[in-house]
This record gives sequence, structure tokens and C-alpha cells, in this order.
Amino acid sequence: MKILVPVKRVLDYNVKARVKADGSGIDLANVKMSMNPFDEIALEEAIRIKEKGNAEEIIAVSIGVQQNQETLRTALAMGADRAILVVATDDVHNDIEPLTVANILAAITLKEGPSLILCGKQAIDNDFNATAQMLSAKLKWSQATFASEIDVKDDIIRVTREVDGGLQTIDAKIPAVVSVDLRLNEPRYASLPNIMKAKRKPLEEINPADLGVEITQRLKVIETKEPDSREAGLILENIDQLVEKIQENVGG
Amino acid sequence: MKNPFDTPEREEFRAQLKAFVDKEIKPYVNDWDEEGKIPWDLHQKAGALGVWGFGIDEKYGGLGEDDNFLRAIYNEEFAKCGAGGVGAAMGGRMISLEPIQRLCSSEIKDRVLKDIVTGKKGSSLGITEPGGGSDVANMKTSAKRDGNHFVINGSKTFITGAMTSDYFVVGARTGGSGLKGISLFFVEAHRDGFSRVPLDKKMGWWCSDQATLYFDNVRVPAENMMGEEDKGFIQIMENFNIERMCMCASSLGMMKVCLEESIEWAKTRETFGKPLIQHQVIRHKLANMSSKIDALEALVNNICWNMNNGEVPVAEISKAKFFATKELEYCSSEAMQIMGGAGYLRGNPVERIYREVKVMAIGGGSEEIMRDLAVRQMGY
Repeated sequence: MKILVPVKRVLDYNVKARVKADGSGIDLANVKMSMNPFDEIALEEAIRIKEKGNAEEIIAVSIGVQQNQETLRTALAMGADRAILVVATDDVHNDIEPLTVANILAAITLKEGPSLILCGKQAIDNDFNATAQMLSAKLKWSQATFASEIDVKDDIIRVTREVDGGLQTIDAKIPAVVSVDLRLNEPRYASLPNIMKAKRKPLEEINPADLGVEITQRLKVIETKEPDSREAGLILENIDQLVEKIQENVGG
Repeated sequence: MKNPFDTPEREEFRAQLKAFVDKEIKPYVNDWDEEGKIPWDLHQKAGALGVWGFGIDEKYGGLGEDDNFLRAIYNEEFAKCGAGGVGAAMGGRMISLEPIQRLCSSEIKDRVLKDIVTGKKGSSLGITEPGGGSDVANMKTSAKRDGNHFVINGSKTFITGAMTSDYFVVGARTGGSGLKGISLFFVEAHRDGFSRVPLDKKMGWWCSDQATLYFDNVRVPAENMMGEEDKGFIQIMENFNIERMCMCASSLGMMKVCLEESIEWAKTRETFGKPLIQHQVIRHKLANMSSKIDALEALVNNICWNMNNGEVPVAEISKAKFFATKELEYCSSEAMQIMGGAGYLRGNPVERIYREVKVMAIGGGSEEIMRDLAVRQMGY
């Protein structure tokens, strides 16, 4: 079995996001970027599945700017076998939207023939939480989202999902698209020998046109702004005061 | 400013180490330092990162190549955890591994090297003696041949990691006086007649152990002699250059912590109606600290490049070592002044680094010896 893992290059989770002066988005020039943490978890799971002998190859894919190859090198150092970079834009501020990403991934899937696609449930920059779902629809494959536990047995993947009411366990038939949640695993660090070996692993660079996909942006960002700053709270003496405050503010 | 020596691999290694230090060390480091030890599984986690594989064959779990920039990155990033004891507790390996690989028999290497590189076992280098630290030529510990064995007698002190190490590289006199009569021996901790006693409370490096080793008629097989007889110290002299470069890189990491902590504090702490960072006297301190960091960083990079290209710039390394520790002393002192009373409280990295300046200024070649060595290299 081959596993495909899409990895997105996003603003590092430790970096404080700054809104661009014209409000058109977040300033991404000269800031630290790294692999979307949910994608890291997906990749770690793929590596574990391979280590258990349930997969032969892991292909990491990244869609975006040329610099995404840094993210793919990290994926290769962690344990992906090869990587595909889809150069879809030359502007780091141009966020490729989920439907386009799903179209590109579907085309790559047809070309590479993986039977399992492991995705992060969402990217920490735009929080769409849509690509995995759209991709499974495009491919007409089974889907399981928000996985907190995964077990592959022959052509069945058992996925424990984190849903609002608790945990739900489902069996999905492979081929499948699975999106992973935070508690699935703790991703490993790339060791130095593996970082050095990653240099020699294949990284193929292609354009969306090579896949017959056109980059179309249907969504428009109207405005990006800082969240309103929180006002100071009040410490009340007793419940009566609380009730009074609620009545004052809500009108009882 | 871009570092002209950065490569994607070096940047990736730094990023992985930073993530490791932030997540696996920083949250616990204060407790470990107060307890006086680090958990052994940290040795294994660090080993899994490959941080002790420089110059070690791949069959022993090593990197199969060497790169002084990577060594420097390891030392700098680990020092950023804010407690030098963490690096010290694990770092006995750094100075004993290479001699073990280069000079030990294949039987010994097959038996121990992989375990040391992966962090399963510990190793230390035993050179310093109670009678004299920098005066190695005056070494008193002796090893006398007895048939197919050597019998070692004497003691070593200030040996880092020695309470937890399984293996030791020990210098002992086999020949006449001076540096040329010293041989090296591989000594396992289980040998009869070997004992160790931890050093008492220290100024810094609390979570690492240092010990005095006693050799009372310790018999080791003749094949435990490492390399050529009487040439032991000379065979490992080059390693001291690597160690000193690494200590410069550690000092650099510590200086960066001092600057970062100072800035964070100065941004939020208000005096006389404005944040500290708006006061000129504080801004000058930050500028001075930052310029010293830049200077040391450039120097370390230059030395790494030369070492990678087969040079052994002893004079420059010696000068860099005392330059690094003098500037570390400056930065930690200024950071303490900026933080004021808050810096004086135990449990913050600046307070700890201030206490750990001296182990850097004395250990691995004291500032005084480094100056002397530098001038000797100048031909005087």
C-alpha cells in the first residue's frame, strides 16, 4: 500500500501573526514558516503504519510556493520516502483554496495510485477543515475525519473519531481519505542522520498544468483584522450581585 | 542577516533541536536543576536525535561524517534551555566518544560504541587530577604492565558525568615525565578497585554530576590501552580544540538567552511611567549585548569553516574561548541588572546563567591558559 500525505507550509505556530497594514491578510514576508502541525501528525501516523509493515511507500505532497520544498525536506527527514512539490503560485500570500487543493490532490492520486490519504484535519492558518472531505468526494472514496486512533487491517481501516458527543469508531473500506486530529500521536523529531539522508531522497517538482488542473480562486478575503481586545472583567462579591449584573446587561 | 554558512540541512537540524529543547527540556529544566539530575531517558531521546554521531561510523549508529557547524548548532541550541547542567550531564560523551572510536580495539568498539552514541550508556573522559587541572604534563596516575594486563593507580577529579557513566577514557602515566609519558586506557566502571565519589555542592551545573574517581590497583587487559603507548595525551590533543569551539557555541547560546530574557522583561516592566525598553540606559545595554553576540557568532562560524577545511586554528580557538566567556560574563551581568530584583530570584535562566559563567571560564581550558596558549601560538 502507498500512503499519500499532503503537507501545508504555514506560519509557525510559535510566531505571533501580524495583520498586513492594508488588511488584506497576514504578513508572511520574512517570518518563520513550518509544517502545519496537523499534517505532521498525519505524516507521523503514516510512518507508524509503514513501520508496522502495513505500507510500502509514503509520498509527501505540498502545494504552494517554491519554498515549500523546505517543508517537504522536513517530511523526508521524518520518514517520507519521496516528495512532490506542486508550485501553484509565486506569492506566499496567495493561499490556494480547499477545492483547488482537492483537485490537485485528486489528480496526483490518479497518477501515483495511493490507497490511503492521510491529511491534517485543518491548516492552522485558514482553519478551513474542508480539503479531506472534498477530496474523498472527488475520488468517491470512503472518508473518516478527526481520527484519534487508526488501525489498518487488510482493506479495512478502523478509525476512532473525536466527535462532539465523545468517540465514535467506524470501519472504512480502503481506499480511503482520513483526516487526523490532535490526539492521534506525538510526531517524532527528525534525527540528524535522517536529515542528511533526506538530501538524497527524490523531490519532484511539477506545475498544476502538468496535472491538468487550473488554479481558480472562488473565495475572496474581504478584510483581515486583529481580534477585538478583551476588556477587563469584574470580581463580584456574591451571587446576588451576579444576578443583578446579568439583569442589567441582558435585561431580565 | 543571512548566515553564509547555512545549508538546508543545518537549518533543519537547528529547527529540530529548537523544537526538542522547547518541548522536552525547557518545561522541566528548573525542577531538574533543583533535584540535581536529569532523567536518563533524556539521554536516549537526545541520542535518538543523533547528536552524538559526529564523526562516528554509521555501523555504530553515528552520522558517518563530521561537520563542526552541526556540532556548534547542537551546543548552542542545547545551551538555550537555560541550564548548562543539561548539556554537561550528557556531554561527557562528546569528549570521550571520538577517542574510543579512533583508538579502541574493534572488540571494544563493537561492544560499547553504539550504546554510547544512542544514549543507552554513558562515557566520560578522565584527565584532570586532584593535584592539578590545567597542568596535564604533571599527571600522577600510573599504569604498570603486569603480563597481559595493566594495573592503574591514582585518582581523577572534576570528571563530568562520571557518577552515571559506564565507560571511561583515562589518562595514566606509562613512561617518563611530561606529556610524552602518558597513555590512554578504556576502563569499564565495573572493574575491581574502581570507585567514585560525587563532588559536593557546586556553584552551577546542578543537574549534572561531577565526580572524583579512584583507581586502586585496577587491572585492565592490555588491549584496553588506547592507541600507542606513551602517546595518549598527544593523540587526543586535537579533541580539545573541538571541545573549546563547542564551549564557544554554548556560550553563544547562553548569551542569546540573556538578551532574549532581557528584552522580554524590558518590554513589559514599567518604571518612571514607561517600559524599561524605552529608557536609554537599558537600550544601550541591549545594543552592547547584541553586538557581542554578533561578534562571537561570526568568530565561531569562521572557526567552524576552517576546521571543516582541515585547519586547526589553535590560536583563534584559544582567543575565541576566553573572548566567549568574558562576553558571556558581560551579557549575564547586564541581563541581571536589567531584570533587577526579578533576576535575583532563583528559578529563572538569567540567574542560573550568571552562576554558570565560571564553569565555562575555567573548564575546558581556563581563560588564563587560553591567553597563554594564544600568545605561544603567536611565537612568544
